[in-house]
Amino acid sequence: MTGRAVEETADHRSADIGGLLRPLAPLVLSALLRRFADFDSCEDAVQEALLAATQQWPVGGVPDNPKGWLITVASRRRIELWRSDSARRRREETAALAPPPGQRVSDSDDTLTLLLLCCHPSLTMSSQVALTLRAVGGLSTVEIARAFLVPEATAAQRISRAKLRIRASGARFEASADVALGRVTAVLQVLYLIFNEGYTATSGPSLRRADPTGEAIRLTRQLHERLPDDGEVAGLLALMLLTDARRAARTDDDGLLVPLAEQRRDRWDATAIAEGAALVTTALTSAPIGPFQLQAAIAAVHDEAVHADDTDWAEILALYDLLQALAPGPMVTLNRIVALGMVQGPAAALTQLETAEDDSALSGHHRVDAVRAHFLEQLGDHDAARRHYRRAAQRILSLPERQYLEARAAALP
Amino acid sequence: MKYLILIYDNPASQDVWRSLPRAQRLAGLAVYANLNEELMASGEMIVTAALADHSLTTQVRVSEGRTMSVDGPYAEAKEMLAGIYLVDCDTHERAVEIASRIPEAEFGVVEVRPTMDLSAFQE
Repeated sequence: MTGRAVEETADHRSADIGGLLRPLAPLVLSALLRRFADFDSCEDAVQEALLAATQQWPVGGVPDNPKGWLITVASRRRIELWRSDSARRRREETAALAPPPGQRVSDSDDTLTLLLLCCHPSLTMSSQVALTLRAVGGLSTVEIARAFLVPEATAAQRISRAKLRIRASGARFEASADVALGRVTAVLQVLYLIFNEGYTATSGPSLRRADPTGEAIRLTRQLHERLPDDGEVAGLLALMLLTDARRAARTDDDGLLVPLAEQRRDRWDATAIAEGAALVTTALTSAPIGPFQLQAAIAAVHDEAVHADDTDWAEILALYDLLQALAPGPMVTLNRIVALGMVQGPAAALTQLETAEDDSALSGHHRVDAVRAHFLEQLGDHDAARRHYRRAAQRILSLPERQYLEARAAALP
Repeated sequence: MKYLILIYDNPASQDVWRSLPRAQRLAGLAVYANLNEELMASGEMIVTAALADHSLTTQVRVSEGRTMSVDGPYAEAKEMLAGIYLVDCDTHERAVEIASRIPEAEFGVVEVRPTMDLSAFQE
C-alpha cells in the first residue's frame, strides 16, 4: 500500500469511529457527572477517553461495550486529574459524601440535561455553541476550531471560559424540569446557530472538517425524541431538514451558490422534505404555534413547489403575516415584503419598502437595496435596478451573494 | 463575526509617543498587554501583530509573469498601518468597543472592518 492509501484508510476508519463515538459522548459525560459532579474535570476526562478511543480502536478493534469502555477510561482519567490537583482534595471528600444517584434516568434525559447546562444563561452565545459541540456533540477542540475557522487556541479558550463560568454560576448536572422548560428556547437558538454556521463557514477541505449542520440536525433530533410534544423543537427540526434538503442544489458545477428560485429542484432530497413537512404539519395542528414552526412551514411551501413558478406565494405571505405578529423583526419585515411583491406586484412591494426603511435596523441595509433592485428590475427600471444591485453588492458580507448581485447588475440590458 | 481592526499612526503621533515620559509609555504598553490578555481569555482573539516600521515595507507587483519588488513606500503616507487585530466577536458594537480601547484611538486612527464570509442566500 502506498503512503497515501494508508493515510486515506486511516482517515476512513477514524471517520467511522468518530460517528460511533459522538453519540456516546453525552452519555459517558452524564455517567461521570452523576458520580463526580464536577463538570469541568469530567468533561476533560471524557475528551481524553474519546481521544484514546480514536487512537486505540482502529488498531485493537472496537470493544464489545464501547460505552462501558469509555466510562471506565474516563473515570480513571478523572481520578488522575483530581489527584494531581491537591488543592481540590477537600472538595473531593465533600463530593464523596454526596448522596448516591437516584433512580435510573434515560439516555435522552441525560442529553437534555447536558444541553441545558451547556446553554446556561451565564455564557455568551459563542461559548454556548462551542461547549455544546464539545460536551454534547463529542467534537474535539480541533474539530470545533476547524468548523468555525478560528485557531485552536481560540476555541480552547471559549470552552475553558465557558466551563469556568458554569462552575462560578453554581449550576449542576441536575434534571430540574421546571427550570429546564423555560430554557429550551435558549437550546433551540444555539442549535439553530450551529446549523447556520455550517452553512456559513463552508470553505477549505471539507472532507476532514466536522459538519456543524449535520451535528445540529442530530442533536435537534435527539431533543425532539425527548420532547416530542414541544412544537418549537419539532418546528426547528423541520426547518433544518427542509433547508438542508436543498444542499445538493445550493451549488452549481463550478461550486458557486445558486439562489432558491434558480435551483435544480430534482436535486432536492425528497425524503428529508417529506419528513420535515410531516413534522411541521403535526406540530402546527397539535402544539401552540411558534416562530420556528412558521419558518418551517414557509420552507415547506418552497420545497413542495415543483417549479419556482409554482410557489404558493399567497400562502407564504399569510405565514409571514403570522410570523410578523408573533416574532417581529427587520428580516421578517423584509421577507414579508418580498412575498407581498410576488402576490401583489412590484409597485406594492416598493411602496412598502419606503415605509420599512423608517426602521433604523433596515435603513441603509444592503438587503433593502437587493430587494428594491429586484422589484425595480421587474418594473423595467433597469438603471435604478443596477444602481441598487451594486449598492447591495458593495455593502454585503457574503462573498457568494456579492458575486450573484454583481452578476445580476451586469446582466441588465 | 470576524472583524479586522486596523491601527494607524502618523509622524505626529509617533512624535507624541516618543516625547511621553517613560512611565506613560509603560502604561501605554500595559494597556495593550491587558487588552490582549482579555481577548485571549474571552476567546475573541484570532491574531494580533504590531508591524515593523513603515520604511521596511516591500511593495510587490507582478507584471507579465515577472515579479518586481520595490523596497520602501513610494510616498510618505499620512497615516501608516502600524498594527492589526483579527477578532471574532458577537456584535459590531463589541468590535468597536475593543477598538476604542486601543491607545492609538486617542492620537492616531483605528478602523474596524467586517470580513466577508461564505454564507448562503437568506431565503
